[in-house]
Amino acid sequence: MNPAGTAEQARRAWAIAKKDIRIYYLKGPVLIFGVFMPVFLFLAFLMGGRQLPLAFLVSGLVGMTLFFTSTAVSPAIFPWEGQARTLERLVSCPVRIETIVLGDMIASTLFGIGITAVTIAIGLGLGLPLLHGAVLVGAVLVGACCFSAIGMLLAVPPTNVPSNIMMLSSLIKFPLVFISGIFVPLEQLPSWGLALAACSPLTYFADLIRYAFTDASYFPVGIGLAALALFTLAFTAVTMALHRRTMPRRM
Amino acid sequence: MPFTIEARDLTKVFGATTAVDRVSFSVRQGEIFGFLGPNGAGKTTTTRMLTGVIPADGGTATVLGHDMRTDPVRARQRFGVVPETANAYADLSAWQNLMLMGELFGLERRPVAARASELLGVLDLSERKDQKVQAYSKGMKQRLILAMALLHEPELVFLDEPTSGLDVRSAHLILALLRDMNREGTTIFLTTHNMEEANRLCDRVGIIRRGRLVALDAPERLKSAIQRIHRVEVSFDREISGSDITSLEAVVTAEREGDKWRLVVDDTGVAVRAVVDLAREQGAAIVTLNTPAPSLDEAFLQLTGEEMP
Ligand SMILES: Nc1ncnc2c1ncn2[C@@H]1O[C@H](COP(=O)(O)OP(=O)(O)OP(=O)(O)O)[C@@H](O)[C@H]1O
Ligand SMILES: [Mg+2]
Repeated sequence: MNPAGTAEQARRAWAIAKKDIRIYYLKGPVLIFGVFMPVFLFLAFLMGGRQLPLAFLVSGLVGMTLFFTSTAVSPAIFPWEGQARTLERLVSCPVRIETIVLGDMIASTLFGIGITAVTIAIGLGLGLPLLHGAVLVGAVLVGACCFSAIGMLLAVPPTNVPSNIMMLSSLIKFPLVFISGIFVPLEQLPSWGLALAACSPLTYFADLIRYAFTDASYFPVGIGLAALALFTLAFTAVTMALHRRTMPRRM
Repeated sequence: MPFTIEARDLTKVFGATTAVDRVSFSVRQGEIFGFLGPNGAGKTTTTRMLTGVIPADGGTATVLGHDMRTDPVRARQRFGVVPETANAYADLSAWQNLMLMGELFGLERRPVAARASELLGVLDLSERKDQKVQAYSKGMKQRLILAMALLHEPELVFLDEPTSGLDVRSAHLILALLRDMNREGTTIFLTTHNMEEANRLCDRVGIIRRGRLVALDAPERLKSAIQRIHRVEVSFDREISGSDITSLEAVVTAEREGDKWRLVVDDTGVAVRAVVDLAREQGAAIVTLNTPAPSLDEAFLQLTGEEMP
């Protein structure tokens, strides 16, 4: 066994993810930022009184749900562990910093997928026709990875005060939702709005979900999936490199 | 023989403070090495560089033949760490914490369970192993952290003040286990500011002060250095002249502080008797009489040939 090898480190990342699942899924801030907030945001948007088709609403809801749930767990883990002083113990184990980041990302990804699956099941229960199941599954899987990497990126500032990171995340997450074609269809956006939307991975994800339910999308499906995958790779690489640099300052 | 730990010119700078300044030493296989120093001396910072938790700003740390800068994972696979301020996961039970360690070290489930049970037994935690760590006392938490560090049967253990703040029983359990493990060949790197502990346990000690290694020796020499300093503190209910005190047998120097005289003496027994005789002669009553043990600071100030403050 080579403890530093990729296979062994991946196994250890899974152990870290299981630990995160046990400990952090039921923490108050995760539930508030990951579940209640998007629900209420969406209800407000639903009662806005605009006559929008159910398919558009559901794709918006699915988009927001996955985005908020997948970014809810990952940013808080490092500050929590720093504050509880469990992080130095973890870093002293034979795992790379990248392995710890990957473990936290896996936990965050699974949280997003789980809750989003429930949302989708409700949509289907309400009689929403699902036209492209494979695209839906693919988009949710890649999207969850992408958003949990964003969440991890938000945790880069080496503070051990979880509420600071929660605040910073909200500051970045909410504007991102507004530029991502969730509340206003992409077709109705002015060209500067569209340019902004193109920079947000959430745009591609919501567009793919819309395609899965209505067969209509702004971007071609292949472009959407490719963009999401590229964002995922880029965010993951950047977050791992940055955490490598900032981890010593958390001790 | 290759050294188990080799620190060469280790340096760490935090802003304007040089926390560790070109520290070099090596630890032999099978040794208990004590790393001593007062608060803020740089013990924890050095330990963190040796375990690869923070990178050194200068110098190299080689542990079990691995450079901690380039190959920390394979080195950590072979050593255990009890960090200064570490906690186990409070939301997990002792057993779950240990199983997590087993997975993080890539150990097989069955032998890990056997080893975990054994360690919990030795450290007197078996009865509450399924309880969340949240409910543990400080001593229990510290014993659990030690069990977590020893689960993979490491060849080398780093411990940063493992007994600080613990009661006698917990401290004794921990030290006894360390001694047993050392007898079976485990090398131990122990950080402490408890001289007594270092004296009893360590084969060799390094003393660090303001980031610099100021002494590196067997504790015997350390001990003999301490024993050359004896102090007596005494106060009387009336004025006694300084010259009377200084001229007493065995008294080297006398200093007044408030109503208290601080004496440096070369034989405590003789000096105390002389002080009592003086009080009787002059019809004074002794209000307090102390023979304080020398502090670590005093010991290594003497060791390094510096003046007492
Ligand atoms: N993360 C940090 N940032 C800034 N300064 C630090 C940091 N860690 C340690 N220091 C400084 O480095 C010096 C050495 O600290 P260190 O914790 O290594 O001392 P120590 O010998 O372990 O002390 P103690 O006995 O109190 O544990 C101190 O002056 C401390 O303030
Ligand atoms: Mg310390």
